[in-house]
Amino acid sequence: MSANKFGLLLVVSLLLGGCGVNTLPTQDEAVKAAWSDVLNHYKRRADLIPALVETVKGFAAQEQKVLIGVTEARARTGSIQLTPELLNDPVAMEKFQQVQGQLSQALKSLFAVTENYPELKSDANFRELQAEIAGTENRIAVARNRYIDSVRVYNTTVRSFPTNLTAMVLKYKVKPNFSVENEASISQPPNVSFEPAPAPVAK
Amino acid sequence: MIAGVHRTLLACAALLLLATGTLQAQELPAVPKLQGRATDLTGTLTAGQQAEIEEKLEAFEQRKGAQIALLVVDTVKPDSIEGYGIRVMDTWKLGRALPDDGALLLVALQDRELRIEVADGLEGALTDGIANRIIVETITPLFRQGDIYSGINAGLDQIIRVVDGEPLPEPDSRWQGGGATGGNLGNLLPFVLFGVFALAHVLRAALGRGVGAVVTAGATGGIVWVLSRFLPVALVAGVAALIYSLMATSLRGRGGTGGWRGGGFGNGGFGGWGGGGRGSGGGGFRGGGGHSSGGGASGRW
Repeated sequence: MSANKFGLLLVVSLLLGGCGVNTLPTQDEAVKAAWSDVLNHYKRRADLIPALVETVKGFAAQEQKVLIGVTEARARTGSIQLTPELLNDPVAMEKFQQVQGQLSQALKSLFAVTENYPELKSDANFRELQAEIAGTENRIAVARNRYIDSVRVYNTTVRSFPTNLTAMVLKYKVKPNFSVENEASISQPPNVSFEPAPAPVAK
Repeated sequence: MIAGVHRTLLACAALLLLATGTLQAQELPAVPKLQGRATDLTGTLTAGQQAEIEEKLEAFEQRKGAQIALLVVDTVKPDSIEGYGIRVMDTWKLGRALPDDGALLLVALQDRELRIEVADGLEGALTDGIANRIIVETITPLFRQGDIYSGINAGLDQIIRVVDGEPLPEPDSRWQGGGATGGNLGNLLPFVLFGVFALAHVLRAALGRGVGAVVTAGATGGIVWVLSRFLPVALVAGVAALIYSLMATSLRGRGGTGGWRGGGFGNGGFGGWGGGGRGSGGGGFRGGGGHSSGGGASGRW
């Protein structure tokens, strides 16, 4: 192969690169990777919940309503498995967010109730679980932000010229992102307080 | 006419100021530049205390390889302590890239909030639960007594002790900034290479082929000697430069029939290099490329 042909090949591949043949799959994969991260952390949260429920039961079994609420909300998240392939489906995405948001709310009420049980609050096991869940909520928030960024980058590529033409030909579609209003309510980690008691206000 | 242009410009500037002003009002507090292991923007720690912490963290890094840093600020509002923490971590990139072994102790004095932000690689040892215990059992009791320095110091000691239990790769002297001489050369190698290319061509044009090559070789050898303080390396570099400039000359001398010069493609290749996220430099200390997913714990006092 002569140098000329090699050069031509190089030029063609560079031109193709410029129109998104490489960029689109790269960014598509980045979105999927970011999504797996989000899922991982949601999964971890779901895994922590049975132990948390058990621990709380040991000290505050009478809080049936809240405990059942958390257990049921967790069960509902388990019924929706959002694989990366389903990411392109706005309806499934919406449903997923809703269910996870409900679990966040249920956890919030559970932690609010535990405030009334000093013994539970000083239990080492409970504190550990509480810290793990708070940390996981924060990881979810971070992973969601990174996912949102990756979708924004991907969607920009899909929508802007000339990569939009390539996207059309190769059937890369705009992906639904987390909705902002939902984001605000979910990304806020539950207000978990570890203080023994609020310090008395100085008079 | 000129006055008119002036006025327009002034109006533009005013608008711009207004725009940035309103933006600023809602903008989150900026992450300070990474200047050292212990950064206190509030003036709470004395210079001696800061140096002491700095020294401790540096000794730990040299022994263990993991990077721990301290940041004390007044407030993180309107951001949350978690949001600010992850932004600092993203910017500072504490810890080495591969083991991801960084941690940050962030204290917001006015907000009375603090956070231990943990890079992914340390999450095994410094779990959320342990980070929380360090905050609740060690740091906040001292903070409540008003003893910020002791709280920070004791907290860092505990973090160090916990991380010490984590098996990590040996510390690598190359990215420790300053100090290591041989390591610096490695970082500078691309510049040296590029310099040799440029020098060879300029000198060949100015002095002719033979003399140009010899001068290039001498200069390269000299520069490498100064950089590496190691004569054999300099000699090898000089000989390599001599061979390169002679060969480059003869290749070029053959004329432009088959040789494709393609400056544009070459530049494309360079783009990937140097832009990498090796952290933001400064002050001899920089992050090694660590990354956090938001692990750690927060607390109030």
